[in-house]
Amino acid sequence: MLDYFLTGPGQAFTRLIIYLVAFLAFVGLNAAYLVLAERKGAGWFQRRPGPNEVGPAGLLQPIVDGVKLIVKQTIVPPGTDGLLFRLAPAIMLVPAFMCLATIPYAESVYGRSINVGLLMVFSFGSISVFAIMLGGWASRNKYAVISAARIVSQNIAYEIPMLLVVITMLMVTGTMNLQEIVGQQAGGFWHWNILKGIWTLTNPLMPMTFVIFFICMLAETNRAPFDMAEAESELIAGAFTEYAGFSWGLFFMGEYANIVVSCSVGTILFLGGWQSPIGVLSGGAWGLLWFFAKMYLLIFIVIWIRWTFPRTQFYGLLNLSWKILIPVSLFTLMLTGALLRLPLLLHQLF
Amino acid sequence: MIPPKEITYAGGGVLSAPPEESFVLNLGPQHPAAHGVLRIKMTMDGEWITRAEPVIGYIHRMHEKMGENRTYAKFLPNTSRIDYLAAMHYTHAFVGAVERGARIEVPLRAEYIRVITSELQRIASHLVGWGAWIMDLGGLTPILYAFDDRERILDLMEHICGARLTYCYYRFGGLCNDVDDYFLQGARDFVPYMRGRLKMYRALVTDNIILRKRLEGIGIIDAEMCRRYGVTGPVLRGAGVPYDVRRAEPYSIYPRFEFAIPHYPAGDSMARYLVRMDEMEQSLRIIEQALDQIPAGPVMGKVPRVLKLPAGDYCYAVEAGRGRFMVRIVSDGKDTPYRVKLRTPCFANLSPFEEASKGMILPDALAMLGSLDLVIPDIDR
Amino acid sequence: MNPTLEQLSQEFTRLIGPVPTAPAAPANPPPPVQVVDFAVRGVNLDVTVAPGQVVAAAELLNRHGFSIDTITGVDWLAEGQMEVVYDYLHFAVSLRVAVRARVPRDHPEIPTISLVFPGANWHERETHDFFGIRFVGHPNLTPFLLPEDATFHPLRKDYQP
Repeated sequence: MLDYFLTGPGQAFTRLIIYLVAFLAFVGLNAAYLVLAERKGAGWFQRRPGPNEVGPAGLLQPIVDGVKLIVKQTIVPPGTDGLLFRLAPAIMLVPAFMCLATIPYAESVYGRSINVGLLMVFSFGSISVFAIMLGGWASRNKYAVISAARIVSQNIAYEIPMLLVVITMLMVTGTMNLQEIVGQQAGGFWHWNILKGIWTLTNPLMPMTFVIFFICMLAETNRAPFDMAEAESELIAGAFTEYAGFSWGLFFMGEYANIVVSCSVGTILFLGGWQSPIGVLSGGAWGLLWFFAKMYLLIFIVIWIRWTFPRTQFYGLLNLSWKILIPVSLFTLMLTGALLRLPLLLHQLF
Repeated sequence: MIPPKEITYAGGGVLSAPPEESFVLNLGPQHPAAHGVLRIKMTMDGEWITRAEPVIGYIHRMHEKMGENRTYAKFLPNTSRIDYLAAMHYTHAFVGAVERGARIEVPLRAEYIRVITSELQRIASHLVGWGAWIMDLGGLTPILYAFDDRERILDLMEHICGARLTYCYYRFGGLCNDVDDYFLQGARDFVPYMRGRLKMYRALVTDNIILRKRLEGIGIIDAEMCRRYGVTGPVLRGAGVPYDVRRAEPYSIYPRFEFAIPHYPAGDSMARYLVRMDEMEQSLRIIEQALDQIPAGPVMGKVPRVLKLPAGDYCYAVEAGRGRFMVRIVSDGKDTPYRVKLRTPCFANLSPFEEASKGMILPDALAMLGSLDLVIPDIDR
Repeated sequence: MNPTLEQLSQEFTRLIGPVPTAPAAPANPPPPVQVVDFAVRGVNLDVTVAPGQVVAAAELLNRHGFSIDTITGVDWLAEGQMEVVYDYLHFAVSLRVAVRARVPRDHPEIPTISLVFPGANWHERETHDFFGIRFVGHPNLTPFLLPEDATFHPLRKDYQP
């Protein structure tokens, strides 16, 4: 029986279980310690120490916060839509887990290698919008409803340039399998997709494509300066106003899980995934190290931006997407297409 | 941003949504952006405000009644509590009104120290207003930098009078105690330090494109609206009117100093922002000049033992951090005032909010509210 | 054209006309239009008008470009009167005008100037809160600083909490 699961055909099943548990732990720990990283980062940007009381340099803070959230009373206000109110935090967290199952952290560290991995990641990523909207609507609170409305228009607006950018990448890589995409970027940092386009002349505007992807990623995860949805000073906590205790903790965890997923996808698509930047020191555990280094670098930039800029104006945010990012990403898409066809065209002419 | 058709900007609007589609949002007394306990009942059509009615009185402590029950000297601590972020100015007004009525002479050194502390207080007050406003807009970092600078000012103030927020340092006829070299040297060192910080704030915050988009063209309160509502201070100067009580009704020894009155014609939130930043620079100029000119001498004049003002009424106005603060004392010859009227700037500054915010979108209205730099205890007294 | 002190004095004198004898007036009533010493009193021009003339006075000052500074109520219990003092200031010239009117204490009513100066709306509401003076024609004379259901007027001299 054990044989079947360990070495026989049930291996894939075992692998899946192990990875699910590992991802749960990973996302949980990440959510907790990313909060600490954010608070410490905020402290350093604001010239104060950040949490440093609980444990050495505040390292036990997230654990204590987690315990606090769990023992808090989960208040369900009267008049809310019972089922949706309780369901929304779950819907927020589950898609992030699903996405993580396909992301390769190293050459052999992945949950499942799917041929349409990229498509799956983006389809599941769109579901979290739904969760916040439901949470806001089910709360029976005017602030939450305004926030839910804002989130929907913001996320719809920023899905489009993000997907256009990803399609540009798809045209260059030719495959949706995340493992293969990373495999194509082997060699050194000049092989990474962000720079490869420049010297292989498939898309000299690739760094700008990365910037567009990054901006869309900030908007999709509702991070400042695009956090109009939970603009603290106007809408209290926005869609999450009525959530207390662990439900709020789940929303929070979902938000950070989304950040982790988005930064992982950014790393894979543009920064070479688990490939080393110098060609050597890759494979096995080194791959894991490089992947996490790049992912956490992106997360640090996300945190840095949050504590530096004020919030954009809501219509400014939408204008940025509809009037600037979409035309630009359409342009890079067409440019990439043209440049990819160029050798063929020249071959036919001469 | 184009609002729905039937809503017009300041000057009357028509509810464009049928009653069943508009709702009342209560920016309640407890709210992160309300700068204190202010309640604004907003009737909204989606995100647009059709009517915003401020409801005040949540921190009404009836200072004016307290003025009638206390002697002049006993009312002095009350003056600091009206607007605790610019407490020196408020004490100055009350002390000045009594000195005017009782014809008390203030020695020159005391006047210089009053000017230095008033201008330091103005900088501290503007720093808080600026930091809190940027925090409302989502920039959560500048407030901590501002508080860092303010700590230096508060340390100096604590050194001379023992208090960090509500001072009661000025007394009738002068000051309660003299300053020493530590304070004067500290003030002298503070000026170049603050100049460097103002330069950093300009690069980090003022020139930030996101902030500019948030503030330019938002919340226009023009000069005519200011005149009809009695608005003063940086709000009025942001509408292009160079009115400053220090020039219009010169008090203390302000005529001896050279300083400009910054004013910008646009009338929007950005103009009010720039006025406050420039005012901090001008305050530094005044402090420099005062530190150069300060003479030696006593800091307390001759004050009768039991202070009674002749019957009649006396006014004294100062340029407080947020605008024109005036005290009107009606005396009937006894040792307690018959009536103390406190004309506070934020009360008048908030009154055009209802008219000016018609047809605005909610975040813009909150940006405008921040630009008025309100301290609610100042409105409610 | 910025207004001058002489010009304002003349216009006010014309506005007020012959001074009616107010009930329980002091023995030597002060002249109705008085240029006072700013250094002592803090105003330049002190004008006493009848309650019915406050709107005309406000319109006069509005024409000259003044702004409403504040409205103060004073309860003269001994004389059985309440006084309303309107303070005005001008942004361009350094002129401060105070306009006073006295109303009988048991029936304190005075026309509102909030149609001339919208800023007076809040000041009058506050004065009504504290003294119970009714500003005739005011659109919304409900409690402002006091609780919504307050029926007392705390700054009256005979107020017992």
